[in-house]
Order: sequence, then C-alpha cells, then structure tokens
Amino acid sequence: MNCTDLLSHLSDYFDNELSPELREEVRTHTAGCQHCKVVLDTTHQTIEVYKDNEIYEVSTELRERLHTAIMSKCIGR
Amino acid sequence: MPAIQSPVTEEEVHPDVALVAQAKAGDKVAFEQLVRQYERQIFRVAQHITQNREDAEDITQDAFLKAYEKLDQFQGNSKFSTWLVRIAVNESLMRLRKRKTSKTVSMDEDVQTEEGSIPRDFAEWRPNPEQQYNQAELADILRKTIQGLPPGFRTVFTLRDVENLSTEETAEALGLSVPAVKSRLLRARLQLRERLSRYFRQRQEGQPA
Repeated sequence: MNCTDLLSHLSDYFDNELSPELREEVRTHTAGCQHCKVVLDTTHQTIEVYKDNEIYEVSTELRERLHTAIMSKCIGR
Repeated sequence: MPAIQSPVTEEEVHPDVALVAQAKAGDKVAFEQLVRQYERQIFRVAQHITQNREDAEDITQDAFLKAYEKLDQFQGNSKFSTWLVRIAVNESLMRLRKRKTSKTVSMDEDVQTEEGSIPRDFAEWRPNPEQQYNQAELADILRKTIQGLPPGFRTVFTLRDVENLSTEETAEALGLSVPAVKSRLLRARLQLRERLSRYFRQRQEGQPA
C-alpha cells in the first residue's frame, strides 16, 4: 500500500468498512510513514471534534418557539 | 422426527412505524411526538446547510408542514427520519439557491474541485483541540471552518459525521449514489482537516501561537 492507496481507503477505514487484510495494510503503512500517520490521526480528530461539540446549540427557548410554530402551522393550534 | 422449529423472524420494528401509522390515521398526539423527536435534528441540519438561523427556523417549520401534508405518500420504504431529513435538505438547498441568485447550488456542484483532496499539512495536533481552546472558542473555530466548505460537501459531512446517518441513509436523503456520498465525504473530511490544522497544528518552537 502506498500513500495514494491509503488516502483512497481512509474513509472506509474510519467507517469500519475495510476488510481485515486492508486494515492491516493501513496499519503497516502508517507505522512506517509519518505523513500518513499524521493524516490518519488528525482526520480522525477532525471527525471526533465535530461529533463531540454541538456547534449550533438549540436553546430551550428556541426549541419551544420552534415547536409551537410547527404545531400551529401543521395542525393549527 | 422432531418438528423443525422455524426460527423466530421478528425483525425489529422501528418505534416510528407505529407513530407514523397513528399520525396517518389523524392522531395529532402521535404526530406531535414525531415533531418532538426530530425538530432539533431538522433544525441543526438546516442550520448547517444554510448557515443562517432565521432560514433554519423557517425551513424546519416548512419541512414538518410538508411532511404532514404528504404523510400519505410516505411508503415506509425508508426510515421516517431519513424521509424527513430529505425534505429538509431539499428545502435548505432551495433556500441557498434563492439567496445566491447568480450561483446554482446543488449536490452536484463543487465536485470538480481538488482543493484539500491532497493533504499538505503534516503537523500533529498537540495538545488536543479541547486542551488548546475553551468550548466557546472551539465552537467558533468549528463553525467558521465548516462554513468554508462548499455546500455539497458540508451537507454530506453534516449528515454522516454530525448527525450519524449511515452512508446508505445519507445517499437516500440526498438523492445520491453510495459511491458519490463516499467520495464527497472523504473530500469533506480532508478539507476540514486541512483547514483545522491551521488552528490545531503543533507550534514549532519560537513560532507565535
């Protein structure tokens, strides 16, 4: 596996859609390639940081307003 | 000869199925329950795509109204939530198109760009982003960064990595093929990584933070 191959398998690696053989090849490659190791690690961190931090908070006040508006539009109450 | 016991084939039925059936039959409480379950998600999706709070509020209301009016057309081939997200995505993209009259906005644009597809920043992120910034600063960086992505990439990333839809559900919600979703997702993740590296990369000694 070279660097270009690794890049093309990157998403499948994170989504657990790689065969065990290919996963192993990814691990072997990143063990010997610092650039790809960093890309793998920081892409993983990218996904995690967006998962862990809600960047658009929905306040209780907004949620209630929204809920009332939806229900009044749909059911008219 | 012992009787062959047929395996119990109780497929897990999603709880929404019953609620949708009740709502279709005119049960307003069931419909309200569905609204409660998904209003925040629909709002977040709309806000991620349009990057505008007022638009997202309007879209959320319109999406539920459309769903309510078209409930009879919902066949149950997909999850109710995926169907709802699809309506909200279409409303959001329509809103973006209206806003940028000179520029078309669709899931098909921006796919030619190679920007960010080839990694250029190879610095580690140390310490962790959470250690480098407080929550408000971090949220601000994450917002600014995702805003810079083309809408097509932003939408795929939001559904897959923020809202945790599966690849198949994302494809269904966006009217794209699974390979198209995968290709956009990879590029969205790589572009975000590249942009976030400007903030999170380990500083060299003597380099200003």
